Amino acid sequence: MLKSRKELDAELGGAARAWLDEALAEAAHDAARTEATHDAPGPEATGPCTSPPWELRYAAAGRHCGLEHADSVRSLLLVEARASLPSVTRLYEQGTAAERRAVLLTLHRLDLGDTAVPLVEDALRANDTRLVSAAVGPYAADHLDPHAWRHAVLKCLFTEVPVAAVARLSHRARGDAELARMLGDLAAERTAAGRTVPEDLRTVLALTAPAEGAQQAPPTAAPAAPAPTEES
Amino acid sequence: MRIFDPHIHMTSRTTDDYRAMYDAGVRALVEPSFWLGQPRTSPASFFDYFDALLGWEPFRASQYGIAHHCTLALNPKEANDPRCTPVLDALPRYLVKDSVVAVGEIGYDSMTPAEDHALAAQLQLAADHGLPALVHTPHRDKLAGLHRTIDVIRESNLPPEDVLLDHLNETTVKAATDSGCWAGFSIYPDTKMDEDRMVTILQNHGTEKILVNSAADWGKSDPLKTRKVADAMLKAGFTEDDVDQVLWRNPVAFYGRSGRLQLDVLAPDPLHEGNSILRGGE
Repeated sequence: MLKSRKELDAELGGAARAWLDEALAEAAHDAARTEATHDAPGPEATGPCTSPPWELRYAAAGRHCGLEHADSVRSLLLVEARASLPSVTRLYEQGTAAERRAVLLTLHRLDLGDTAVPLVEDALRANDTRLVSAAVGPYAADHLDPHAWRHAVLKCLFTEVPVAAVARLSHRARGDAELARMLGDLAAERTAAGRTVPEDLRTVLALTAPAEGAQQAPPTAAPAAPAPTEES
Repeated sequence: MRIFDPHIHMTSRTTDDYRAMYDAGVRALVEPSFWLGQPRTSPASFFDYFDALLGWEPFRASQYGIAHHCTLALNPKEANDPRCTPVLDALPRYLVKDSVVAVGEIGYDSMTPAEDHALAAQLQLAADHGLPALVHTPHRDKLAGLHRTIDVIRESNLPPEDVLLDHLNETTVKAATDSGCWAGFSIYPDTKMDEDRMVTILQNHGTEKILVNSAADWGKSDPLKTRKVADAMLKAGFTEDDVDQVLWRNPVAFYGRSGRLQLDVLAPDPLHEGNSILRGGE
């Protein structure tokens, strides 16, 4: 989904490509500067006047490179700048939904360990499906604890974010009896309400089966009635 | 018929309104930041509000096939509250956002020195960020307020063609159009303007550089007033092209001066079928 520099270069027009070149150079410059002063205690840039120039480029990416490329451009900037936790936190907290999304999509490509988990947790509290789908990527697969990860999967089912967005779903779901229980309860609740059981629920439930062919309870039978249209 | 509502406060409206607006032809809107009815007591509550105008509200609009942009500013009423004025210092980081198409609503409420300062400072911010300005004209002492507003604009670095003077009426339309600014009219059920008076103004002043909005908010208001003006224009003999100019091309031209207008709504997730704001945890 995210495009590489080479792919972007092939798709962007001349002005946008030049803008991206300058933006990435600024990000690389900031990474080098941070590297050079790494051991020296100094104030982190915290405000609009002290933020490094590439962070302003980060905000403006959509209008210079096109909304369809904004995720990719912002992600490249974060990687090029080797963005630190204070930097990604600031960009997330002060960002539009689109800017937050690009942070979430890039966390696994930055050297952050598990320190950025609060950003993922924040996104999983949102109801904006652009944020929810971006929050369940590889970083969440690596760092969310079992309880938070199971709730992230359920959140996808509730907000109709396709579970295909959940990174390493089959790996983490395998043999997860608690997730299977939660999915079974959700199916029962839907059935009791005369609502359809999402196909994705069956998909995930099947994945919770233990690897060695142990038995897993089948999902509650789906009702034939159509789902209401207001919510699902 | 395609309609662009250049001033509507969707934060205060329901999903039924979004659906009705889409059905009436609304495909794009601008939501100016403004007073919430209940006074705010700290800059942080402005920032949460601005974040919603840059995040959640565009998401809601997109579910109904409507492009959402916003204008951000410290509004005139709260410019008088020293607890809120630090918002001015934080505006630069917001004005670089992709979906911010103007600085606004700025202008006068009670015509105080604090409002003088906020208006001048924010006109400068608009000039600094390559943005136009949406200027609210006061409800009380409107004509005097309009003249004072125009004087401040003349002294600013923002050219009049980058300014939309809003909430105009019969008494203020001439001075506004003579100033070289764009002219905005808010059509309300009882106050400000109604659709038939709006048609008369269009008959007298033409359709150039005139915008019509519903300004719908938490008060008695109607988010379909734009469509009702369009229907009243057609009934009065205006052409469909005239309607398109006032209700689409003029707002596109004005906010397009920001270079940030994106009128192609990215298709909603097909699973949503454009009709659901889904709630987690239900």
